[in-house]
This record gives sequence, C-alpha cells and structure tokens, in this order.
Amino acid sequence: MSQAQWLGLITGVVFGALLQQGRVLRFEKQLGAMLLKDMTIIKFMLSAILVGMVGIYILYDTGSVELSHKSMNVGAVVVGAVLFGAGWAIMGYCPGTSIGAVGEGRWHAVFAIIGMLIGAAVYAELYPMLSRTVLAWKDFGDISLPESLGISHWVIIPIFWAVALALFAWFEKKQL
Amino acid sequence: MAQEKTTISWRPYLAGALLGVLAIASVLATTHWLGRTSFLGASTTFVRAAGLIERAFAPEHVAANEYFEQTGISFNWQFMLIIGIFIGALLSSLFDKSYKAESVPPIWDARFGKSVGKRAVAAVGGGIVAMIGARMGSGCPSGHGLSGLMQLSISGFVALALFFGTGILVANLVYKGRSS
Repeated sequence: MSQAQWLGLITGVVFGALLQQGRVLRFEKQLGAMLLKDMTIIKFMLSAILVGMVGIYILYDTGSVELSHKSMNVGAVVVGAVLFGAGWAIMGYCPGTSIGAVGEGRWHAVFAIIGMLIGAAVYAELYPMLSRTVLAWKDFGDISLPESLGISHWVIIPIFWAVALALFAWFEKKQL
Repeated sequence: MAQEKTTISWRPYLAGALLGVLAIASVLATTHWLGRTSFLGASTTFVRAAGLIERAFAPEHVAANEYFEQTGISFNWQFMLIIGIFIGALLSSLFDKSYKAESVPPIWDARFGKSVGKRAVAAVGGGIVAMIGARMGSGCPSGHGLSGLMQLSISGFVALALFFGTGILVANLVYKGRSS
C-alpha cells in the first residue's frame, strides 16, 4: 500500500472509532435528530466543527495548509442537498455512518450502502445531462463566509462558538 | 459536573471534539505527506466503488464515462479512509461490547414491522436518492457538514441547513404520517 493509502486507513480507523464512541452510527440517533427528539448527532458534529475550525484557521493563517471550499453552485447545492435530505430520512444513514453502522453490527445498513452505490452509478450516467442543466444555472465559486462578508474569520469563529454553546445549553435544558 | 439531578452525557461532545482534533491532524498530515491538503469526506468513495464494480462488467462503458473519468477510479486516500471507518467502528464496538447484530432498526420496526424485505426496499430507494443528491451537491454531511463548516464555506452552511431541513420534513411525514 502507498503512503496515501496507509494514511487514509489510519485516519479512517480513528474516525470510525470516534463515530462509534459518539454513538452517532445508529439509525435511531440519525432519525432522532430529524424527528427533533435526540440531538446526539448535532452535538457530535458541532463539537467537531468548533474544535476543527479553530485549528484549521490557525494552520491557514500560518500558511501551513490550504483551504478547499466546495463550490457554491446554486442548482447543485440546493437541489442536491434537498435530494440528499429526503433520501437520508428514509435510509437513516449518511455515506460515512452507513459503513460504520455495519461495523458495529447493524448489518441492515448494507441495504443503504447498496442503494448509494446504485445512486452513484446512476449519477455518473446523469452527469452529462445535469452539467448542461441544473449544474449550469449559477455558480458563485469557492466562497467562504468571512470573505463574502468582508469580516475576519476571527470575528466569525467566536460568534459561531457562542451560538453553538447556547444551542448545547438549550439541548441539555430540554434533555434532547 | 454530572452530580446534578439531570445528568448530562458528555459522550457526543467529547467524541465530537476529538473528531475535530483528528480533522486538524488529518489536514496537516495530508498536506505534509501527500503534498495536497485533503479534508475528511465520504461520498466520492461511493462513486469510485460503483465505478470499480461496474468496470468488472462493462469496462468500455466506464472508461467512456465523463464523471468516472474526472473522479478517477482508484483505491485512493479517501477510499482507504472509508474502509478504516468500518474497521474502527468494529473494533470500538467490540472493545466496549456495544456491538449488536440487528436486522431491522427498532424505530423502523415500531412503524413498519420486522420485514427485512420492506426495510431493504426503502433503504435501497433512499440510498439511491441520497447519493444522487450528495454527488450533485459535491458532498455529504462529512464533506459539506464537517469539513465545509470547519472552513466556514458558504456551500457547507447552505447544504447542511437543507440536509436537515428536508430530513426533518420527510422524517416527520414518514414516522408521524398516520399516527397521533
């Protein structure tokens, strides 16, 4: 195996263990968030984002890493995310968690994986048509919130933290 | 902290914060060792895996496909990351004995019954729609949600809001449709 493959594998093992320890691999946790009854996956995701954003922006400021924003292509992101959300609610897993769910014994997640593999193959066939239509509507490119607002990321990050911590406090108060 | 009457479970916060540390370490490690910053993501691997499977049956067709061509069908860094997720979840669940074989998710069972066939049809259908959406929008909750928001990408905020917005709507229609 190449260096890239080893690095990916090791990172993935830790990623999988953390997903499992956070208990976010479970169908009932995923649906619990969508039914607004159990915010475990929101707590997990936001905690990761809060820590990650500080580190990544420090590394960015020191010139150690590049950022890689996904393109804000309006048709692609809006239509794509709506389709994803609908499928996610039925399937009960997202791509990363479906694999981990099988790992912790929820073998029915294999059906979700099969569906997603078919979906990927279907998308490859639809791509030429989509790139002339939905994907060609309007593309704002690789934009970030700090750049678009013309505000330093070190102003936005503390605000993001404050909002997230308030949300956590509210979840715990409501026992969600 | 947990001495109050309503005990708070720190588990999702702690595991999540550690995932944040992993994301930082991973961004640094890929930049240093692979020469190109890679952020955590998952859905592109499904394209590669689908391409690999399809190639076994129709190699010319896959070779001629524009999307497979630009994605690149190989066992790359992210492909191994996904395999790692399986191994990590397996080891972790065996370690603390939370591994549990399950044929139908409990809340699905409560709403639609124990039929594995019914669950399979729904999961395959949901999976197809979700993956078409993820590839159209170039990301899933890992790529857009985690990696996108960590970088304060506009697309991450829009995608995550719509993932949940639509998810909430559909989940409530499916699970609360006839009851209550």
